[in-house]
Amino acid sequence: MSIFKRNKRSEPEALNAFNAATFPPPTEFSKRPRIMRFFNTPRIVGKMSVVGNKESKGPVGKYFDKCETDDKMGEKTFERAEIRMLDTAVRGAVRDAKLEIEDIDVMVSGDLLNQMTTSSYAARDIGVPHIGIYGACSTMTEGLMLSATLVDSGYFTNVICAASSHFATAERQFRYPLEYGCQRPPYAQWTVTGAAASVISKNTEATERFPKLVMAIPGLITDYGVNDLNNMGAAMAPAAMDTMFTLFTQSGYNENDFDLIVTGDLGKLGSDILRDLMRKRGIRLGQNYIDCGNIIYDVNQKCYQGGSGCACSATIFNSFIMDKLSNGEYKRVAYLATGALMSTQSCYQGETIPCISHAVVVESPFGGK
Amino acid sequence: MAEGSNAIKQRNERYNKYVDTVTPKTSIPKALFHSFAVGGTTCVIGQGIGDIIMLISPAMSKDMVANITSMILVTVAILFTGLGFFDVIARQGGAGSFLPITGFANAMASASMEFKTEGLIFGTSVKLFSVVGPVVVNGIVWSSLAGLINLWILGMY
Repeated sequence: MSIFKRNKRSEPEALNAFNAATFPPPTEFSKRPRIMRFFNTPRIVGKMSVVGNKESKGPVGKYFDKCETDDKMGEKTFERAEIRMLDTAVRGAVRDAKLEIEDIDVMVSGDLLNQMTTSSYAARDIGVPHIGIYGACSTMTEGLMLSATLVDSGYFTNVICAASSHFATAERQFRYPLEYGCQRPPYAQWTVTGAAASVISKNTEATERFPKLVMAIPGLITDYGVNDLNNMGAAMAPAAMDTMFTLFTQSGYNENDFDLIVTGDLGKLGSDILRDLMRKRGIRLGQNYIDCGNIIYDVNQKCYQGGSGCACSATIFNSFIMDKLSNGEYKRVAYLATGALMSTQSCYQGETIPCISHAVVVESPFGGK
Repeated sequence: MAEGSNAIKQRNERYNKYVDTVTPKTSIPKALFHSFAVGGTTCVIGQGIGDIIMLISPAMSKDMVANITSMILVTVAILFTGLGFFDVIARQGGAGSFLPITGFANAMASASMEFKTEGLIFGTSVKLFSVVGPVVVNGIVWSSLAGLINLWILGMY
């Protein structure tokens, strides 16, 4: 009769089996200093988010700067459409910062495709020096961290950081052809179509009213032995847990000091697992914790556990989170995007999924908490 | 080191066990019902097409009728794939839409549509069997084996 048993969430015996002893003791992590503090306060002076049709109909749809109703945007291929979307986001962010493309010193960007073609082709068209990064879905935080470092160290004045993903191109690379009639398991996630960019600039009198990047934590590759290509939330939750725990133990802030703690694309299942994992370490994530994958789609949009992809957290961060940071509604936000660093080959070869989560902390220009 | 890797193995096992308990599963009775409904409907439509052909030309042999019926079903499935209906049906139907010949047609048509952008040779031709390849390979291998068993062991031919 077991096949007729409906799944229940967080059965007590399962949680008991999964006790605190399953982790290495916290001291093992906290010994190594991992926080980068930006003392010259790099600021995020411009942002732009572009999303596809489906995302614009989601619960946070009204906050996005631009919505593309056509998935191909009149281009010949989906890849070209993604390049154009990234291009739009980068140019829009530069315009939003009241700068010109010539003022941008370097562009740090990434996407999901092999050899980062989207980023490279977009950078070719834009014509600024380019640093390509790959962090799967954590690309945006990785980019913000690196851009902030470049600006903070004084090498560059204006750095643009961007990320993009497209449902159709990611689907072709990681799964099946679009029209192929296959069933997804109920724990699958849906790749977000979108692109987002933010401009990070040096702290001057002119940029004083913009949100500032105060610290970042490079992630630790965490692999808890999940090898299901579809169950990304469960694979990525431990990585988020590791970085989040480091943030709370080393930054001097605890979970209540943040107005918003936002993870990238764990989805509904992954964020529930993260809550469980953090509870096991004595930290209760309350109302101020949200997951971008969980909120980007409506339940009725049939996206199972929610969104994933670089653009998932990038577009949400560059829309309503930045808006609320700019007007002072949020004073301090921790942004931890998570990425699953597998390829289809590695999964078919029986490897488990290594995951990473980088964190950045952004503060509003209007006073601290 | 050995101790450490052992602890990690144990941790991973426990984590996977925990993940299994919290991961939502497909409801089997519902999935069975849906695939039965979709697969059954496909078969009923196929039978209907066959009956109509028999009515139109009673002289036709039974094999011929079956062939024409399959061809019509395949054509309709490819048409539906191109128009974008098929994956909507298949999301409900599961194996019910995959197992009949329509599923095979959809897998090939969708792959050829998807990889059209890389050109006729390196796109469509190379990737045409990317999804149905296993079906073709296994079909050939197992039917050859069955044939050999028939020939040598059972001596039916």
